[in-house]
Amino acid sequence: MIVCLRRPLFRNQYDNDVTVWSPQGRIHQIEYAMEAVKQGSATRAPSELSAHQKKIIPIDDHVGVSIAGLTADARLLSNFMRSECLNSRYAYDRPLPISRLVAAVGNKSQIPTQRYGRRPFGVGLIVAGYDEMGPHIYQTCPSANYYDCKSMAIGARSQSARTYLEKFLDKFVD
Amino acid sequence: MAIAGEDFSVIASDTRLSQGFSIHSRDLPKTYKLSNSTVLGACGFHGDVLTLTKVINARLKIYENEHHKKMSTTAIAAMLSTMLYYRRFFPYYVYNIVAGLDDEGKGCVFSFDPVGSYERESYRAGGSASSMLQPLLDNQIGFKNQQGVERLPLSKDKVVNLVKDVFISASERDIYTGDGIIINIITKDGVQEERFPLRRD
Repeated sequence: MIVCLRRPLFRNQYDNDVTVWSPQGRIHQIEYAMEAVKQGSATRAPSELSAHQKKIIPIDDHVGVSIAGLTADARLLSNFMRSECLNSRYAYDRPLPISRLVAAVGNKSQIPTQRYGRRPFGVGLIVAGYDEMGPHIYQTCPSANYYDCKSMAIGARSQSARTYLEKFLDKFVD
Repeated sequence: MAIAGEDFSVIASDTRLSQGFSIHSRDLPKTYKLSNSTVLGACGFHGDVLTLTKVINARLKIYENEHHKKMSTTAIAAMLSTMLYYRRFFPYYVYNIVAGLDDEGKGCVFSFDPVGSYERESYRAGGSASSMLQPLLDNQIGFKNQQGVERLPLSKDKVVNLVKDVFISASERDIYTGDGIIINIITKDGVQEERFPLRRD
């Protein structure tokens, strides 16, 4: 939503806590967290000697994620996803369906959007996986929303990728 | 039972699952492949065997996620010891043998008691009929109680034949051993499985 220039910006009063609604019905902290994803952190280290961060994280044999945003938050979420997948294999002797995994991430991400003193996770994930229902791509947001996608790109300068994918989606036949 | 060679390891178990004088299954192997270089043999109370193997497999994945490499045979043996001792006061009723290749590529065998005491050996027989098999291994592999014999390193084929002979002898006299054996041969190229039938009585 674009704020009309004629109205004075009241953002500063309502954007310090995630537990405060703005008069426009928005929670600015969550929107700022989504900005972190849109900036899509540079995950290359400046020096060749230091290890560079990988943006693609394997979760289980049938799932992987790609991250945009705060790498530390991504690590936390991916460790959580790994343990959920392990528990499914241990308890039910089968790989965790992707929809359940993403729902679990969504539920976990929602908590810090409604608790005083916490901040939303500053990372967006593209979850790609294959389960008995076939291949899936999901996108998760700091707002705790998640979307089932046919194809997706996130992070800095991703709009051109999304436009391209939209244009040529029919051409990607399996 | 398991035998460690120069650059290979062999671990074998029979495939009979029995309770008292009854047979539950004739085709239930007691060896579990943990990685390309390690196989676990576990016998005793089968419920605990299944749970223990589930937990070990989960722990292997966690290690891989954290350290970005597969667990070595020596590491698995050490970890199993801690897992078993954790349940010191309500133990896993399982007799374990871990066999594989160590970091230098040499064959290794680790034998455990139910609460985690473990030791690296060149050969070990565990489970029922172990008291019949172990002395035979002592003689043939350890060259014990033999005078004037040349102590040659054993080749893979000799070891496999010995394993078959040993199980055949055990199934003659032990009611709990029989039906068939699965032999896992662990080399640098991976784990090879071989099945061999035994007496079904």
